[in-house]
Amino acid sequence: MRSWKLAKMSMVFAPRLAESAPTSHVGASWSPYDNNGGTCVAIAGADYCVIAADTRMSTGFSILTRDYSKIHHITEKCVLASSGFQADVRSLQKNLDARHQIYQHQHSKQMSCPAMAQLLSNTLYYKRFFPYYSFNVLGGLDNEGKGCVYTYDAVGSYERSGYSSQGSGQTLIMPVLDNQLKSASPLVLPPRESSTPLTESEAVDLIKDTFASAAERDIYTGDGVEIVIINKEGIRRETMALKRD
Amino acid sequence: MRSSKLISVVPRTLPESHLYSFHFIPTLRSIDFFQSLSAYVAVSMSRQPYVTGTSVLGLIYEGGVLIAADTAGSYGSTTRFKSVERMKAVSNNTLLGASGEISDFQAITQLLDRLIVADAMWDDGNDLGPLDIHNYLTRVMYNRRNKFDPLWNTLILGGVKNGVKHLGSVSMIGVHYVDNHIATGFGIHLAQPIFREEWKENMTLEEGTRLLEKALLVLFYRDRSAINKIQVANVTEDGVHISQPYALKSEWNLEAFKNPTASAAGSW
Repeated sequence: MRSWKLAKMSMVFAPRLAESAPTSHVGASWSPYDNNGGTCVAIAGADYCVIAADTRMSTGFSILTRDYSKIHHITEKCVLASSGFQADVRSLQKNLDARHQIYQHQHSKQMSCPAMAQLLSNTLYYKRFFPYYSFNVLGGLDNEGKGCVYTYDAVGSYERSGYSSQGSGQTLIMPVLDNQLKSASPLVLPPRESSTPLTESEAVDLIKDTFASAAERDIYTGDGVEIVIINKEGIRRETMALKRD
Repeated sequence: MRSSKLISVVPRTLPESHLYSFHFIPTLRSIDFFQSLSAYVAVSMSRQPYVTGTSVLGLIYEGGVLIAADTAGSYGSTTRFKSVERMKAVSNNTLLGASGEISDFQAITQLLDRLIVADAMWDDGNDLGPLDIHNYLTRVMYNRRNKFDPLWNTLILGGVKNGVKHLGSVSMIGVHYVDNHIATGFGIHLAQPIFREEWKENMTLEEGTRLLEKALLVLFYRDRSAINKIQVANVTEDGVHISQPYALKSEWNLEAFKNPTASAAGSW
């Protein structure tokens, strides 16, 4: 341990390795993170849930591909949409899949959406000191068949709500959703079942409008939007083209 | 004296120690710690690339996948090596091309050789296809990134299996995707726009090769690390064929080049 302590003590005074490669910058500094952009939205209804994400994958000012899905079906009733650093997002998806498989073996049933919500939070916090750079929205039907949306930050703090957006277009979309969907005080009578009075098709239309708006001003949102609708009949998928500039 | 069980490495002497200058580093980046630690123990962290390859391009055509790259190995701003193989057949239906650090690419090909042999030894009638290799390499690159010790490459993986064509990319931090046409490095800026304009479904081998050569020519004109010695690889269900290196016809007989300072008063 002594040599380790010595190394730590000398840390600040250690020789800076002069670059032996003939490059002009001093030591390449690379970042383990990248932002591959994108926006995710979800809206929960009385008996449905709509989750949507754009299909553009970027890096810096370049577009890598126009047709990349940010939506992942984890269970029959639960869908995860994530934007941020794509490698972390994919790794997180695989992690949850593996955990879900184990759960199914142990419990002979699929995980419920609230259970998956907690698992996602724990998985994210597990890497609190080297986070998954992943901005998630989890959507699905809860145990009573009502729509539920869970929204997360990169280290796992989460909340169930009636609607949410995450990602590069979040600040453009969230105010629009608030305007259309935010319920009055919960003390208002008659009591409301869910915070979304919209029908399923109205919710889908609202999502299409918000993405079209976000694509106008957010450079990382565009190319196309993928919309997944979960209701008691099952899971259905729609796509819509967005501006490619 | 208790020995440290933290890292089982051998302290090494640094051959060029007389070249290192001593600076006070008032930063708290974990990367600085790792770099300075590597002066005392042989822990390789982060690093920087030394001999590098520039763009690799790929596209899907009717018969399979075409991937192309030049054969330059740059050492910073010098073109140090001019006959570097930047594409290698992984199996008889998959090809790997790489930009970035050449030695890391060679380490990856050695790793894949062992993987393919181990898979073939099962002799179970099923071999790893391009998608499997792509997923495997994604995990390799991502896991190295997690250890702050990346393989400094952007890889392009193409192949055909059971009639399904696959073309994908993996970056040094694990960012990966699949598309009909792919480029790395400068190719993202110069070649992809050409592909987006001119690529179409079911191109013939001739059309695909011409499109790749068009993009490579633009790269030769505009990417200073590119040279005019390229190889084009054709991957089909039947096998991988990498062409011998050849040159593209380039045009330099332009007025502006003949007398570049004609309109600049005071220049010579």
